[in-house]
Amino acid sequence: MLPSSFEYHRADTLDEALALLSQHGDDAKVLAGGQSLIPMMKLRFATPGHLVDINRIAGLDGIEERDGALHIGALVRHKNLAASDVIRRGYPAIADTAPQIADPLVRNLGSIGGSLSHADPAGDLASTMLAMHASVALTSTRGERVVPIGEFLVDTFTTSAEPDELVTEIRVPTPPPRSGGTYLKLERKVGDWATVGVAVALSLSNGSIGRAGIALTGVGLKNLEATEAEQALAGAEPTDEAFADAGRKAAAIATPVSDVRGPEEYKRHMIEVYVRRGLAQARDDATAA
Amino acid sequence: MQITVTVNGSEHTLDVEPRELLVHMIREDLRLTGTHIGCDTSGCGACTVLVDGQPVKSCTMFGVQADGRSITTVEGMMTDGALSPIQAAFKEEHGLQCGYCTPGMMLVGSALIEQNDDPSDEDVRWAISGNVCRCTGYMNIVKAIQAAAAATRDAAVPASA
Repeated sequence: MLPSSFEYHRADTLDEALALLSQHGDDAKVLAGGQSLIPMMKLRFATPGHLVDINRIAGLDGIEERDGALHIGALVRHKNLAASDVIRRGYPAIADTAPQIADPLVRNLGSIGGSLSHADPAGDLASTMLAMHASVALTSTRGERVVPIGEFLVDTFTTSAEPDELVTEIRVPTPPPRSGGTYLKLERKVGDWATVGVAVALSLSNGSIGRAGIALTGVGLKNLEATEAEQALAGAEPTDEAFADAGRKAAAIATPVSDVRGPEEYKRHMIEVYVRRGLAQARDDATAA
Repeated sequence: MQITVTVNGSEHTLDVEPRELLVHMIREDLRLTGTHIGCDTSGCGACTVLVDGQPVKSCTMFGVQADGRSITTVEGMMTDGALSPIQAAFKEEHGLQCGYCTPGMMLVGSALIEQNDDPSDEDVRWAISGNVCRCTGYMNIVKAIQAAAAATRDAAVPASA
């Protein structure tokens, strides 16, 4: 299958990429890892007139902890997220997510910026970023703005990035000491899209829950943050009962549909199970930390 | 668009249309048909090649992106007319049935051995989890990759040791 014709631009610098996006606007698409965009183009779901290849731009692939946040360059590949020591040490939910995305070949090329920009509600990383209350740095010739991930993700395949803006960095607040988190993904077979995916993040403060983050994959028109469940947990005792209640609250906001991956009731039930299980694991890890 | 790419050690200058996928460039422009097209939807891994040593799906990359890169296909695995350790191991362990997935499996296997010369069953199965064998001959594929790793380890030991 061949995509429709397009003009190919290889940007060697960030300024070059931003100028191209500013010039071509809505008719341009950014080519990062290409692992979602190229299949979409082959199916002619995407038919950009211009493709701006950012893969050769230096400085977009850093992973660095500073000023109370983890700064992840937009071009960091999933395999590098999975291999990062700083992520494994301080951001277990990301470390657990990365190796569950697609398969090793896709993870060699697929990038965090591309995955989030694609805004597929079945994308795994967006849930983890929601649960960790991350934000996205958007850069254009007009300057930079930083948008909370919940405002960045607007709808299926739709973000709040303007056509001339490039996602340049993801910023994840550094969790306080005594934190935990994970990503649980139910899949029919390795490499599949999530039947249900649940990201959780939890911090403990004097034995009670400081803050909690819960977000869901593949069970709505976008990745869903279970804010009501999060709020109910804040300040509460980290008990199994509180987690079961959070699971019920999270399942209540989901709008899963019955498909080849399972009936709606099953998916809703598995959200409950995974939220409960994920929170318990995060609590145990935070207690041990 | 003109690009220069090194394929199996030889440099080629090619004129490719931007929408031409890497797999078509390899099969049609360079006539290297050992790289297969399976699903053409990024799901099966039959089109796996190494780009700068790293396995990727060549149906999910444009040829123009390979400008200046080094590509290895199954045709580049033999050295001096002899099978590479992984090719020999696939033959010895009967790591193939119909052979359609085999180029991809061998390339992924060789990239794994570069990183880990003593992979466990799980390491191998994890590494090949993006490559589908429709004959479901995974047992022997895993054995073949481990045998190739063992042969590579043995070859690394100096003869006097």
